[in-house]
Amino acid sequence: MSDMQHDARRPYVRPMTGWWRKNPYFVCYMLREGTALVVAAYAMVLLTGLLCLATSEAAFNGWLAVLRHPFSIALHLLALAAMVYHTWSWFDIMPKTMPPVYAGGKRVPRHVITRAGIVTAIVVTLLILLLTWSLT
Amino acid sequence: MMKRSNAPIFWALFGAGGMLSALTGPALVFITGLAVPLGLMFAPEMMSYERTLGFAQHIAGKFFILAVIVLYLWHAAHRIYKSLHDVGIHPSPASRMACYGTAMAGSLLAVYGVLAVGF
Repeated sequence: MSDMQHDARRPYVRPMTGWWRKNPYFVCYMLREGTALVVAAYAMVLLTGLLCLATSEAAFNGWLAVLRHPFSIALHLLALAAMVYHTWSWFDIMPKTMPPVYAGGKRVPRHVITRAGIVTAIVVTLLILLLTWSLT
Repeated sequence: MMKRSNAPIFWALFGAGGMLSALTGPALVFITGLAVPLGLMFAPEMMSYERTLGFAQHIAGKFFILAVIVLYLWHAAHRIYKSLHDVGIHPSPASRMACYGTAMAGSLLAVYGVLAVGF
């Protein structure tokens, strides 16, 4: 890029590489957006399992064996961390992403919306774990 | 007459998928990716072929599986499509196709899957 800087027909364009690393706020922003990669990857893992299930018992057992591989366990640990960050950040920005909510003529404060969301997520998580438990 | 934008559809799918994954994602990743494979908390037979097939053959199970896969995919596709801009890949028909096309293909495969496991 540097040799193009003084070319009159190709004016200097500020490089974009690494712009977000200069400010912790943007690092959090990129991490938050980056959780989408994990959400997509996990959906693909589940989709693969579903297609194996539709194919044959041997195929499905193969999928289960892959899930037991240490590499898969390590990736799922990272995925769990990313999912928890996704949950936290989703409700952290919800006061900004949803239309304003009013109660008794006053705007509901930011932290109330965030806390309500996080409490809901904890309740749903416990419900899923209990439901799954009751199935075993 | 003004042409109607299709953006609200993608934003709605993004929001629905984001909410669903924020509420269910940590629990599901923990169960399918860690607890069952490692035999923590749950017996490994919980996700055996017979039991998972039974779950997927039930109508409620089908809707749950479909909702999780399809909405997760559209949430992620929209977020990635918008974020590519931040790493210097500006919106184009190609990046749009790569993101939404993948989500669409995955959704169709998921529909095929929940039908192919039978009833």
